[in-house]
Amino acid sequence: MTFQSKPETASDVAPATVAIVDAWEKLAARRRFYTILGLAILFAAFVASVRFADESNAGHFFDRLPHLFDFMSWLIPKDWNDVWRALLGLPSPNDRGGEEYNFTVGRVPLWGGLYIPNYIELMIVTINIALISTLVGFVIAVPLSFLAARNLAPSNPLRILVKRLMEFLRAFPEIVIAGLFSAVLSIGPAAAIIAITLHTIGAVGKLFFEVIENIDMKPDEGMTAVGGNWLERVRFGALPQVLPNFTSYALLRLEINVRASTIIGAVGGGGIGEALKLSISRGFGAKTMALVLLLFVTIVVVDQVSAAMRRRLVGEAAFVPVH
Amino acid sequence: MTALDANTFRDLETRHAHLLHRSFKQRFGGLMVLGGILLYCIYSAWFFDLPKLVAEGHWERLGIYLRQWISYDVQPVFRIGSDGKIATRYPRFNPLGDDPKPDWVRANSDGSVLVEVSGSKSVRIAPTQVDVTAYGMTTPVRLVGENAKVDGALPGWMSAYEDTISVDLGFSGDVSISGDQVKVRKRFLGWPNFIFDTHSPFFDKPFGEVLQLIVSGERLDKSQSNLSLAFDNFWNNSAWQHGDIWVKLFQTIVMAFLGTLLGAVFAFPTAFLAARNMTSSSLVNQVVKRFFDFLRSVDMLIWALFLTRAFGPGPLAGSGAIFLTEWGTLGKLYAEGLENVDNKPREGIQSTGASTVLTHRYGVMPQVMPVIVGQTLYQWESNVRGATIIGAVGAGGIGLKLWEAMRTNANWANVCYMVLLILVVVFLFDMASSALRSRLIGDRSR
Repeated sequence: MTFQSKPETASDVAPATVAIVDAWEKLAARRRFYTILGLAILFAAFVASVRFADESNAGHFFDRLPHLFDFMSWLIPKDWNDVWRALLGLPSPNDRGGEEYNFTVGRVPLWGGLYIPNYIELMIVTINIALISTLVGFVIAVPLSFLAARNLAPSNPLRILVKRLMEFLRAFPEIVIAGLFSAVLSIGPAAAIIAITLHTIGAVGKLFFEVIENIDMKPDEGMTAVGGNWLERVRFGALPQVLPNFTSYALLRLEINVRASTIIGAVGGGGIGEALKLSISRGFGAKTMALVLLLFVTIVVVDQVSAAMRRRLVGEAAFVPVH
Repeated sequence: MTALDANTFRDLETRHAHLLHRSFKQRFGGLMVLGGILLYCIYSAWFFDLPKLVAEGHWERLGIYLRQWISYDVQPVFRIGSDGKIATRYPRFNPLGDDPKPDWVRANSDGSVLVEVSGSKSVRIAPTQVDVTAYGMTTPVRLVGENAKVDGALPGWMSAYEDTISVDLGFSGDVSISGDQVKVRKRFLGWPNFIFDTHSPFFDKPFGEVLQLIVSGERLDKSQSNLSLAFDNFWNNSAWQHGDIWVKLFQTIVMAFLGTLLGAVFAFPTAFLAARNMTSSSLVNQVVKRFFDFLRSVDMLIWALFLTRAFGPGPLAGSGAIFLTEWGTLGKLYAEGLENVDNKPREGIQSTGASTVLTHRYGVMPQVMPVIVGQTLYQWESNVRGATIIGAVGAGGIGLKLWEAMRTNANWANVCYMVLLILVVVFLFDMASSALRSRLIGDRSR
């Protein structure tokens, strides 16, 4: 701050005050120096990073920038109705063979003339991957988190072990697990489910045991007093307190997992991610539009539903961001 | 504690009816949720055909691949000529070099060859008979014309096919015997040629010798010093590609850094537009907030795919994808932080007649700075993880390399190396970010 606090004539004030003012100004100057230094370092790192990224990229930023709109132009479908046709699996009048307009391929017949369009089916696959892995991850993470919480862990070495295991699962790259299991279970959603489940265990497990470490221990003391064993203490002393928070975190994880299962799909896990990657790389405007629209709507809906449920479960505390 | 008699109980019932007569939802709600979850699990097991997938999975591959993460093998082929001579051939590009003379393959004076697979397991190859010694017994395999035969019952670790006998020696290797050739696979723990590949002049030299060569040895290559030669050989190791992998890893980190920083720089001013208490036009608030939602919901993957097409594969595309997603995420978080500020300091500054910029600087910034710094660092940390994955769709960084190494199913040791590097980087960034957080905002909790 630059409020001028030094008096005009030093004789007006006591020397102690002058010393305080001097010290304060020195402190402020040092702070300012460190702030500027920090910003300068950040800026230098930024410039260096931009140059590094630009140089090692296949196309360079300023060379490609004028062509950005060329690239966008293929995105605009020649016939906007094709977007709806692609979404609903209806035949297109533009279809001349080839893959750009074969919207009717991949329909899943229900009965009679009813069918699930290909893209909707793929979206269901992706959502199901996210749902089942969140569910299984949740079921496994709950008991693990009780073993990892400082206040309820039955044994200390086990607690450390479980904690490390969770850290490991959280940091381990999901695509490696997906890749390993796609060699075992053949390429498809099963590998994605295992990968996302394992990652979910690590990610929500950490949040869970932090919740448990913050609970009110009185119900637990009550359970201990009446001679409850560990399982009963957890079930009746702790679980009722933490279940709303657990569910809220699991819902938040579901939002993240819908995105994750799309991404893993794009690298070979099946589902809508793969279709999107294919469609973008081949430059199919209508198909891409349809897929982006579908994915966008799904993500918004999942986020909104989960946010509403979380608000009901734990109120505004649900909106403290977690990672 | 005394037992309740009927009167006290009725009395309690009238006074606390809501505790004893619970609604249908309270009594069966939990059970129904559990039932629903169970039904959903059954449905998805059917939907993904999980029982069949699990039953038909090649689970033995899991063991084999995991084994390859930490070990390598050499598979010499012993071809038995018609004249009874045994010729030894090593596959090309094997980790022992082009002309290995390993001490575990010994030629005996009678023309047979002894291969030691491990301490107690060995194979002796003679022109008409192969003796496999393992698990405390020696089983002779007779070579008759095109076929290999065992007299009597086969031990459990041997299996016979049409004309070959295959021997499973566990982790240490396996042997496949046919009429005119024997393949012996010997497995070693560790990573082969991790520092120098077989073409390097330093290959297979003990550590002390390499050190001595680097410090005081004669120049192996006239044009450069031994130190630079050693570094060059290491960096361009053809089997491990250290240089390439490290550069790609660095790209991943740069992508996360650049994306998060740019996102923060763009999110900061726009968050003021989105916050109700900073900009009083609710139209502007809503438009900017929906814009943030749009950026976030389109998702990093879609941005990455688009930008990879626009700029070509590489870190530029990845940085751009992270930037756009992060702009939305951080914008939303910052706006929430701004909406939660205490208004009193602002009013105080305003009452001195300060301009809007000064009011924000001294009335708002000190309050929101910890939130902003904390959130940005958290996002940076999680983007280092995210950048690995979007790299696999071509957005640059180590992800693609990882995916390519996995796809061939032959290079699991390289995958393990990259995974270890990623784990180290993620842990370092976790630590760095929480250290920075506690320094900058003076508190370890969020």
